[in-house]
Amino acid sequence: MNFNLNEEQSMIRESIARFVMENYELDKRNTVVALEHGYSPEHWQQFAELGWLSIPFAEQHGGFGGGPADTMVVMQELGKGLVAEPYLSTVLLFGGLLQAGASDEVQAQTIPAIIAGELQGAFAYLERQSRYEITDILCTAKQDGDKWLLDGEKTVVLNGGAAQQLIVAARTSGAQADESGISLFLVDAESSGIERTVYRMTDGKQAANIQLSAVVADTVIGKIDMGYPVMKKVVDDARLAVCADALGVMESLNTQTVEYCKNREQFGVPISSFQALQHRMVDMFAACEQVKSLLYRAVCTAAADDPDAQRSLLALKVKTGRAGRLIGGEAIQLHGGMGMTDEVAVGHYVKRLMIDNLLFGDADYHEQLFSELVNQPQADAAQLVSQTDSEAA
Amino acid sequence: MHTQFSEQDLAFKAEVQEFLAEAWDDELKAMVHNRDTMKKGMVEWQQRIYRKGWMAPGWPEEHGGINWSVTQNFIFNSERARVGAPDKMPFGVTMVAPVIYKFGNEEQKQRFLPRILNSEDWWCQGYSEPGAGSDLASLKTRAELDGDEYIINGSKIWTTYAQYADWIFCLVRTDSSGKKQQGISFMLIDMKSPGITVRPIMTIDGFHHLNEVFFEDVRVPVANRVGEEGMGWTYAKSLLVLERFSIAEVADSKRFLAELKEMARQEINGGRSLLDDPIFASRLADVEIDLMALEYTELRALAAAAAGGTPGPESSLLKLQGTDVQKAIQELRMDVAGYYSNTLQGDLTPQQLGHDFADFAQKHYFRGRASSIYGGSDEVQKNITAKYVLGL
Ligand SMILES: Cc1cc2nc3c(=O)[nH]c(=O)nc-3n(C[C@H](O)[C@H](O)[C@H](O)COP(=O)(O)OP(=O)(O)OC[C@H]3O[C@@H](n4cnc5c(N)ncnc54)[C@H](O)[C@@H]3O)c2cc1C
Repeated sequence: MNFNLNEEQSMIRESIARFVMENYELDKRNTVVALEHGYSPEHWQQFAELGWLSIPFAEQHGGFGGGPADTMVVMQELGKGLVAEPYLSTVLLFGGLLQAGASDEVQAQTIPAIIAGELQGAFAYLERQSRYEITDILCTAKQDGDKWLLDGEKTVVLNGGAAQQLIVAARTSGAQADESGISLFLVDAESSGIERTVYRMTDGKQAANIQLSAVVADTVIGKIDMGYPVMKKVVDDARLAVCADALGVMESLNTQTVEYCKNREQFGVPISSFQALQHRMVDMFAACEQVKSLLYRAVCTAAADDPDAQRSLLALKVKTGRAGRLIGGEAIQLHGGMGMTDEVAVGHYVKRLMIDNLLFGDADYHEQLFSELVNQPQADAAQLVSQTDSEAA
Repeated sequence: MHTQFSEQDLAFKAEVQEFLAEAWDDELKAMVHNRDTMKKGMVEWQQRIYRKGWMAPGWPEEHGGINWSVTQNFIFNSERARVGAPDKMPFGVTMVAPVIYKFGNEEQKQRFLPRILNSEDWWCQGYSEPGAGSDLASLKTRAELDGDEYIINGSKIWTTYAQYADWIFCLVRTDSSGKKQQGISFMLIDMKSPGITVRPIMTIDGFHHLNEVFFEDVRVPVANRVGEEGMGWTYAKSLLVLERFSIAEVADSKRFLAELKEMARQEINGGRSLLDDPIFASRLADVEIDLMALEYTELRALAAAAAGGTPGPESSLLKLQGTDVQKAIQELRMDVAGYYSNTLQGDLTPQQLGHDFADFAQKHYFRGRASSIYGGSDEVQKNITAKYVLGL
């Protein structure tokens, strides 16, 4: 048993931390998120040069061949620094889907380009009515010779403004929320029939709503009607990644809050000397450590293909949402008026945490999934119940 | 024990409803809710209340006040909240005016009260300083006597709507030799005075409510000091114990909860309404139960005040529990809005973006985080309750 990072992981961590220190002080971050697409293309090139964009990809395409632990290290550091570059959208979602389902030929055309920092992508799966149900898809794909025509609307597509290519989840058969009958299509974001409405999220990043009218698609990721297993796996990996990001954010918020309370004086003493506040900072710390434990659990079980993997992942997402709300709220409260301003980092961190909670479903949603998973009557337990029933009768 | 309204109370309620139906119209609503016209809208709203003669419950009648019973106050406030109309801006009519009519001289009363009553002057509150928040008495803004003027130097922070204000009421230090609560004076300062600058502070809800106000050799006539020199702390404190009837904002929370339920009912996840989601429903029920309790805590406090006594110990919980409920409702509303709770509408219409209430949910949520910070933070309220109610 060992929860230490290996040498490569420690190096990645240090290099991201150094990048954050040099480039992500609040003023600099504000300049970055104000740029056209909400991030800096120069930073992105730097990411490519430092090899960060290659981490989850297989070696045959020039990747580093990393696993969940490596992604965790990257995301935790990016979260800690509140880094705005679209690592989740382009590398983990878009790149993840390509790696999981695209043909060798398509992979060879796209993955090296992602690794080189030349290709931005996005995964368009949500719709207005779908809320957190990723199978709730009305957008259709109809066959037209050897091509497909996509029609519908996708919403809150992260990095949808900068993306040069999109992977669109569309329905090729089945009913509105069926798992089967979903297909994934790779399309050029500038294709005719695509209309993007780009806007900001509260954390400064960009998202887009995308209208598709008779958009021609000829590249399928995975098999027709069988897109769900591909996207389920990639979304699960992304859930873990988002929780790692959130952990980084929480760690930073806790450090900022402790520091602030040590320095802020009222009644002639640092406010950190008030036990009422000390206990609350301990609660914040404890919540953060619980998230870290569940994150490690999810990483270890995912890497080992353990039957406990899904349970651990759902538990992690629930805890991340709940802990995030506690820590975000307390961080603002303990900063007093300062916590309400855009001039200190706290509020920016809290917003990132809120979005991490929403991505792929919030804490309530995941608690529901968790309950369904763990409270299913076991086969033998069900038998026992029916026996007692018949005895009573 | 009962909570029934008398015949007169019921007649009053009908009159209030009739007034609101006419005075709180759609045009005014739009004006108040648009940040560019908010000030104009609020002034117009208050002037409509003024023309009805209802601007100043609790003020002495000689200055234009109206002597409402606590029940009447309660009724007005409930009905106002039910139609979604805002409370009056507190800084003039609720905060500075009582100090002026209780401790000010005749000239000050004649000069300031009528213009507060008809909303000609917009006031802001200059108490907090960068180094003096919860520990307000450590404030440092200095006022030095020079003939018949004070010269003021220092700065105030978190000053709500200072950018709109004609006047600011300030606590300033006129003497730093004794205990820190002594040597504080209460000053009325014209915002147009040379030497005052206002710096905007943007808040996490993306608005400009807050400001830092700097005073550099600002000359203020001695005639603008309320009461005696060095008594400002006592005056300000007596104001703090003046119970605000709506401090818990129960009526507003009731309205928001009803709206929230409707939003949740219409929000579908996996073919099921959020109201049928047991986890969401349980969180919603918890808030409703807290609000039901709070409503009666408020009534108990009102009844105690009406009986002439000082408000009972339960009144110290009103702000604490009131803001808890408000914040919980804001949180649930964000949860209903889902992904759209963190999208920035910008120039888009709500329809282009996704949800019609998401923008409102978000602004309310972020702004709402402050309710447990201003007006005596939660921690300060708990310290006070521990000390004065529990005797710890
Ligand atoms: C939106 C908003 C509007 C405002 N409007 C105005 C206005 O118009 N005019 C004005 O004068 N002021 C205004 N304020 C200022 C407000 O009154 C102060 O923010 C408040 O008094 C807290 O002071 P502070 O911000 O300096 O926080 P601090 O006093 O530094 O407090 C920081 C944290 O320490 C806690 N703390 C402090 N002392 C203790 C203690 N003894 N025991 C335990 N915990 C403690 C606090 O509760 C808080 O969590 C406004 C503030 C906000 C956020």
